[in-house]
Amino acid sequence: MKLASYIAQRIMLIIPVLIGLTLLTFTLSHIVPGDPALLAAGQQATAEMVEQIRQEFGLDKPLYVQYGMYIKGLLTGDWGRSILSRRPVLEDLRVFWPATFELVSVGMLIAIVIGIPLGVVSAVMQGRWPDHFSRVYALLGVSIPAFWLALLLQWFIALRFGFLPIGGRINSQIGAPETITGLYILDSILTMNGPALKSALTHILLPAITLSMPPLATITRMTRSSMLETLNQEYIRTARAKGLSERVILLRHALRNAFLPTLTMVGLSIGWLMGGSVLVETIYDWPGIGLYAVKSAMSLDFMPIMGITFIYGVIFSLINLVVDLLYAAVDPRIQLT
Amino acid sequence: MSLWQRRWRRFRRNRLSMLGAVVVVFLVLLAIFGPYFAPYPKDATGAVHIADRLKPPSAEHWMGTDDVGRDILSRILVGSRLSLGAGVIVLLVAIGIGATLGALSGYIGGAFDRLLQRVTDIFLTVPDLILAMAVSAALGPSLVNVVIAISLVWWPGYCRLVRAEVLRTKNELFVEATRALGTPDWQILFRHVIPNILTPVLVKASMDIGFAVLTLASLGFIGLGSQPPAPDWGKMISDGRRFLPESWWISAFPGMAIFMTVFAFNLLGDGVRDVFDPRARD
Repeated sequence: MKLASYIAQRIMLIIPVLIGLTLLTFTLSHIVPGDPALLAAGQQATAEMVEQIRQEFGLDKPLYVQYGMYIKGLLTGDWGRSILSRRPVLEDLRVFWPATFELVSVGMLIAIVIGIPLGVVSAVMQGRWPDHFSRVYALLGVSIPAFWLALLLQWFIALRFGFLPIGGRINSQIGAPETITGLYILDSILTMNGPALKSALTHILLPAITLSMPPLATITRMTRSSMLETLNQEYIRTARAKGLSERVILLRHALRNAFLPTLTMVGLSIGWLMGGSVLVETIYDWPGIGLYAVKSAMSLDFMPIMGITFIYGVIFSLINLVVDLLYAAVDPRIQLT
Repeated sequence: MSLWQRRWRRFRRNRLSMLGAVVVVFLVLLAIFGPYFAPYPKDATGAVHIADRLKPPSAEHWMGTDDVGRDILSRILVGSRLSLGAGVIVLLVAIGIGATLGALSGYIGGAFDRLLQRVTDIFLTVPDLILAMAVSAALGPSLVNVVIAISLVWWPGYCRLVRAEVLRTKNELFVEATRALGTPDWQILFRHVIPNILTPVLVKASMDIGFAVLTLASLGFIGLGSQPPAPDWGKMISDGRRFLPESWWISAFPGMAIFMTVFAFNLLGDGVRDVFDPRARD
């Protein structure tokens, strides 16, 4: 019961922030240079057609009426139309979201699976070469421009040696697996589609590696420093004195407690991954929200941009909530209030 | 030994940070004087030499030429002024807005503080790059607009930091003592509070400047930054994409320039943080 009321409370706090966000995106959409009706109508449109679109979208009404219409649309599932794709924005987001979700998840997974052990190792071997390596990497990983790394990988691994495909989500000859979740890897496992699974995995590898670089660096660093702090605690000395094996001490006693700051970092990293996916998707021609965002931004197609900004605000707020809940689940000392 | 001498000694002990500092000084000098050393200064903008197009690195063109025959090295050198300059301006604007509002928020408190904190929440709830992209798309692609966009996305971070520091300092014993002596509020703010919050702001700024350059390059790569023929590092990389893998130098060298710049600033920032915040040290 306490948990439910805590969640309800937090969601009540998220709502005003999201309303503020709609005000921000609405303002942005109104400072876009050029006439949106003219843009939507296309170049061959006659004056009457433009006027008709203006009325249809309510562009002739006062601003507060337009804002009201926008909010009403957001709540009733009418998020406007994309000029580029000629489809409703919400439908586009539904189509593109699984690709981005899959990419961000695999990127995060790589960062966690490599980052946490690397952090533990460099804490245990403090001051020796694995530690120096991880320190330099921590700065290298966040300094390398993702779009440049993507190009280098594409050039070396895909173009020169032909190991991996240069872009896309799946080999077009194999085709997408039957849609269950929209995540190709998961869908091809569920439908026992071997070739599709192999193709999906080889396609996601380079983009996911590129995307995982910065979070991998920060997660390694965070794990290292919180491990070091934990290893100096009294209860670790007690555990050693009891004669527990080093493995049990490290994993059961130290890492479990050192995990909290890392968890925060993971939560924050997801925001970075969603932002970085814009660059990575552009280069690897990955058909997700990021690519959609770039295409829309470059053609001043503003309804999709508003939709993307809003939905990312919602997702990021929810992730922060989940991280806080996990925090309390991992550490019983933390009380949710 | 003075405090600053001790700090300097601690900084010098960190060899990587020293390396970063040396490279940063070098890069700043390049940004200032580089354009005068550029072998083909006209190539920084709209020059066209069709006969020299897509030449690989050679004695005349150390980093090769692009698809209209412009010297890549010259473009990178002239572009460094754009990148570093814009990065510095982003920070100045973000700190200017953020620190002012944060200081007011912390000092005044009450409804103003609560409202402002909700406003920062709004900006912090969307990933940086997405919001910066939305803002600069709305304003129209140009270097100035990208600088505005990133500053707009970054000020809340400084606002939060300064607010927290003001709240902390406000209740320090020495501030209370000066207030008891009858020192006016504005004097307390300028004499005691601001000098105390300057350090954390500088530390954050030293860690952020590399990311400012990186974010600028990212938006430039997407096509939202300075428009052709300006030598924008990010844009140069995206222009070179079409000529991979044969003419790799068009994209490779500007990327190297961004990478080196960001890395050097991050090394420096890391060292600065170590010096000023010994708790963050390992």
